[in-house]
Amino acid sequence: MAELRLPENSRVTEGKTFPAPAGAKDVVRFKVYRWDPEGEGNPHLDTFEIDRAECGPMVLDALIKIKNEVDSTLAFRRSCREGICGSCAMNIDGVNTLACTKFIDEVKGDVRIYPLPHMPVVKDLVPDLSQIWAQYASIEPWLKSETPPPERERVQSPEERARLDGLWECILCFCCTTSCPSYWWNGERYLGPAVLLQAYRWIADSRDEATGERLDQLEDPFRLYRCHTIMNCTRTCPKGLNPAKAIAEIKKLMVARR
Amino acid sequence: MATDTRSPVARVRGLGSAKEGVQHWWVQRLTALALVPLSIWFAAGVVALAGASHAEAAAWIGHPLNATLMILTLGLTFHHGQLGVQVIVEDYVHAEGAKLALLILVKLLALALAVAGALAVLRLMIGSAA
Repeated sequence: MAELRLPENSRVTEGKTFPAPAGAKDVVRFKVYRWDPEGEGNPHLDTFEIDRAECGPMVLDALIKIKNEVDSTLAFRRSCREGICGSCAMNIDGVNTLACTKFIDEVKGDVRIYPLPHMPVVKDLVPDLSQIWAQYASIEPWLKSETPPPERERVQSPEERARLDGLWECILCFCCTTSCPSYWWNGERYLGPAVLLQAYRWIADSRDEATGERLDQLEDPFRLYRCHTIMNCTRTCPKGLNPAKAIAEIKKLMVARR
Repeated sequence: MATDTRSPVARVRGLGSAKEGVQHWWVQRLTALALVPLSIWFAAGVVALAGASHAEAAAWIGHPLNATLMILTLGLTFHHGQLGVQVIVEDYVHAEGAKLALLILVKLLALALAVAGALAVLRLMIGSAA
């Protein structure tokens, strides 16, 4: 059901402030969502004052600095710090993006950091993505072929290969899926933009022989047709991809095969 | 609330794909397309009738061509409208009972309004003693 207000125990309250060290010249305030499943009470917004002169350029640099030097209990996911693993997806300055590729200086005023929206929170900035991963598994994201494997590689023309551009680059950070209002309201049945883009990545693959079955699995008022072309997915994608277009291509194929 | 011990995969697979939805999507677009010229025609007609007497307006609608276009406009508007409202109800109403009741209400109401509108136009075209 559409929820217009957070439940009583999820409302975010004001937290602690960690002031910048004395002599800091260029202070940036980071307001970070905190919630500890073992602690009592509501989530809160802690304020960390960081000397920009002593910190790397990215939001992830600041988070790592906070964890190393100010508050080691801060929990967040990160791995590659170069926008390829998709681990550090979070809501920064109101937009879902990767902390490792988001410049601190791009944010005007305080840097507000929340976990990906509308997901259960494990701790602080770590969302529980098990539903989305199960949805990803449900589209069976691997090449399906009944033709016996050839001696060498499965041949694909440059044009056929080009159809996968804009699809294969997806790193499964789920910035798009968690930015989609339709996914917020109906995420338990709607597959969401990231998983639908992945589904189309296999539908569009000339080497795959299960296109029809893949479309069968998607043809559903909720799995596919909850997309109302809101376009938040495309606007927020940190890799510059266009999940809304991939979904539109699936809808076109649904009509084409009638 | 009953505990749901199903795995995320079991919950996501649920009852499987409904294998429908493309018809709804396609008809919604077809009706939208058809309503573009029909709406322009209707708006132009209303503007042209500004200041006309009741008898003049009734005669305009009663003209066979206008009556045909008017019934098409009414039918497609209510059909398109109920398809759209259905999506809104499915989006926001998650209690199964309320959802079903609302969907039935919306569809029957749209049908009733379309029939009433068509009969009114027919009455103007064919005439009636009543």
